[in-house]
Amino acid sequence: MSDPQPILELRNLYAGYGETEILHDINMFVGSHEVVAIIGPNGAGKSTAIKAILGLLNIRGGEILLDSTPITNTPPEVAVTKGISYVPQTHNVFVNLTVQENLEMGAWTMRAGIEERIEKMYALFPDLRDKRRQAAGSLSGGQRQMVAMAKALMVDSKVLLLDEPTAGLSPKYRGEIFETIQKINATGVPIFIVEQNAKQALGIADRGYVLVDGSNRFTGTGAELLADREVARMFLGGRD
Amino acid sequence: MWASFGFEFVNFYLIPGLVLGCIYALGAIGITLTFGILRFANFAHGEVMMTGAYLTWTISTLAGLWLGWSLHPLIAAVPAIFAAIGILILIDRYFYKPFRNAPTIMVVMASFGMMLVVRSTVQFIWGPNQLTFVKGIDKPNEAVRQFTADLDLMILVPNKHFWIMAGTVIIMLCFTYLLERTRIGKAMRAVSDSPDLARVTGIDVEAVVRATWVVGGFCAVAAGVFLAMDIQFLETTMGFRMLLPMFAAAILGGIGRPFGAVFGGLIIGLAEELSAYPWIGDAPLISPGYKTGVAFTIMIIMLIVRPSGLFKGRTF
Amino acid sequence: MDQLLGLFLYFLSLLTVGGIFALLALGLNVQWGFAGLFNVGIAGFAAVGAYTYALLTTDTSPFHLGGLGLPLVVGVVAAMLLSGVIAGIIGVICIRLRADYLAIATIGIAEIIKLFLKNQTELTNGPRGINKIPRTWEHFTEERFYTSAPMSWISDATGWQAFFDALPRWWWQPMFAMTILLIIVGVYILLERARLSPWGRMMTAIRENEDASQAAGKDVTRRRIEAFVLGAVIMGMAGAFFAQHLRLIDPTNTFDPAKMTFLVWVMLIAGGSGNNRGAILGAFLIWTIWSGSELVINSSIEIIANYQDMFDVGVLRTRAGYLRMLLIGILLQFILQRYPSGILPESRPAAIGKQ
Repeated sequence: MSDPQPILELRNLYAGYGETEILHDINMFVGSHEVVAIIGPNGAGKSTAIKAILGLLNIRGGEILLDSTPITNTPPEVAVTKGISYVPQTHNVFVNLTVQENLEMGAWTMRAGIEERIEKMYALFPDLRDKRRQAAGSLSGGQRQMVAMAKALMVDSKVLLLDEPTAGLSPKYRGEIFETIQKINATGVPIFIVEQNAKQALGIADRGYVLVDGSNRFTGTGAELLADREVARMFLGGRD
Repeated sequence: MWASFGFEFVNFYLIPGLVLGCIYALGAIGITLTFGILRFANFAHGEVMMTGAYLTWTISTLAGLWLGWSLHPLIAAVPAIFAAIGILILIDRYFYKPFRNAPTIMVVMASFGMMLVVRSTVQFIWGPNQLTFVKGIDKPNEAVRQFTADLDLMILVPNKHFWIMAGTVIIMLCFTYLLERTRIGKAMRAVSDSPDLARVTGIDVEAVVRATWVVGGFCAVAAGVFLAMDIQFLETTMGFRMLLPMFAAAILGGIGRPFGAVFGGLIIGLAEELSAYPWIGDAPLISPGYKTGVAFTIMIIMLIVRPSGLFKGRTF
Repeated sequence: MDQLLGLFLYFLSLLTVGGIFALLALGLNVQWGFAGLFNVGIAGFAAVGAYTYALLTTDTSPFHLGGLGLPLVVGVVAAMLLSGVIAGIIGVICIRLRADYLAIATIGIAEIIKLFLKNQTELTNGPRGINKIPRTWEHFTEERFYTSAPMSWISDATGWQAFFDALPRWWWQPMFAMTILLIIVGVYILLERARLSPWGRMMTAIRENEDASQAAGKDVTRRRIEAFVLGAVIMGMAGAFFAQHLRLIDPTNTFDPAKMTFLVWVMLIAGGSGNNRGAILGAFLIWTIWSGSELVINSSIEIIANYQDMFDVGVLRTRAGYLRMLLIGILLQFILQRYPSGILPESRPAAIGKQ
């Protein structure tokens, strides 16, 4: 179950914005077929961990490896070419572009095969096909998340990073998103997901990390963490 | 009926208003693109318009002197456009790019300074006096006059106004095609939407920036040449005089909305010209000396009432 | 001896005009350095101050409103008040605008002011401007002043004429320069007091962290308008003294934003924005450079003229002014990129050059 060669690894990572340090000695990895969840209280540094991978912050110590190649402090536009697909929490679609155009933008770094890719995305997200000429901003929250994910997957993703994909969505859409995430994973894309919605996230995750105050606190398989007393007490009680 | 009201209104107010509107519209496109994609108000834009017009004049004069050619301004404008775009890209590289990640105020100040640098350079090279762009009075187009006279109307449109309006329409069509159908055009819309998202999507933002200067520069030079064709002379302050109405047009249409800017430009052009019409009684509604204040007033009202503009552009 | 006198008078003129610009820079510093307001309409406020002063103190004239012959001090105070009132009106409307928008709005307002001054010809003599503006100290030599109180109490017209004939013709220049310098000192002291006062500290807090200040219940908008008005009042005063210095003003050339607004900004940035001492230093420094560059460029042109025939020197001479502007513009770019905090950086983080 645990691969010898993780696709993405954070080792002894210290990172933050400017002078402030937010992440202290973080260690995490994602195996090549896994769904890995990061959960934790607000301000724990979950989104920061994702942004660090993308080179959006100041990395003071440690390293980040993609397929065993260091990518620490690589700027985002380069990270994308290396196969890191990222869906931010907010502003994750081009609201004034149509669904189709959003996907085309997602494929900016591709030379050829764009049409086939778009077809594959419509196959994976059937709802979007009908709406492809609609402005992305006019879609519902859940549909927008689909567009955001499809756009991110246009390139040959080595790993997909999702930052709180179900934030602000109704329960129905939340369920759909988690199903979609599993579908994407089934096509062979490893997924690293940050979630406030701990219970459902752990429910689909192979493994999880619990971050508190910028440091690793717990780790284990999805099932283990769901069953853990302390984790349950901290995050799972009364949620969802 | 036509003789008393329509003739004067259409020929001396409406058509000039449309022509002025076209000029403002083209200039405003560059302003709104820079505002939307590069996120700052480019004070030097008017000077680029003016420089484009001066370069066109120089090329056509030199062509006449050295080669004995008599070039139509629109032909002489082509090399001028290349030169202006080159200048814009150089200005960006050395004076704006250093501030890409700095607070906006820095690049706005730099652009204010560039406005004066460009203007002073032109004044130094060409002198501050007026230069004649096109000699003589442009007579109304005979075909149109005949045609409309037969219909009991009379529309007098000098040829230069035809060129300006037709040119604007053609440029707008090409521009629409660029934004809606080409890869780089869609990328420009994407970056205008959200530069951060564009970065993490892998879009080459610097390529989009260059495209912005190319398109904006093209439209600016076209606007400058059209203006010179219209007023038939060149003057080093013509760029600055256009700047406020162009900003007003961009804000009216909605920042980052190129078609809004075009619409805004037409409205402002018409408003300026029509404000001098004697709507009530015999005197102009607004004294012609205050014409240029019309654009500014419209802009202030927009900024207070609906800062996102008519077409819901960006509010900062 | 004459040369020394010439040098002395030139030095006085540098102090005088540099001083007037120092006042403008101090006013701008209140708006920008204290409150972070990007005002590109400085020339407009100066014009309001200058015209108010001129219209209230000049003699009767068929061309413009005049003949009020009010005491010069009243003229200056009125200039300050009107400038402040206009700033207040603008402030209420525009103060919440983001930096670029405020810049565009203030440029627009300066344009409207200029249009008003150009068009209301009965009031202002339109584009031709107003001349014979009384200059402090020198105004004593004007007949209408020495034939009326209080000068008439001391001597009669002939007495005064003889007195003034005996003085060197430049006698008033050092007095005028001193007056300006004294005013600068006074304004500086007041502004330093204001900066260190609770009001000033609140302004700094708002400038550095607006959201926190607002959450703490501070009326950010009100404070900003206050700063805007205060800055404009100082600019109005500077405008009045500028009118006195020139004695002839017109709406288009005297208050050309390219020269006035732009130069003041270069002065503030070069000297150190957010910093009253920086404003004064920057003003004198940049004005000296501006004025000095005229000499340097003109001499260079003469040298070129002596050594070759290719360039038309007459043309170069008339265009030298543009070369100066070009060089100052490049200087600004250089300062913005290399030394954005200026020569005298503020002891607290300046509004410019800091993320």
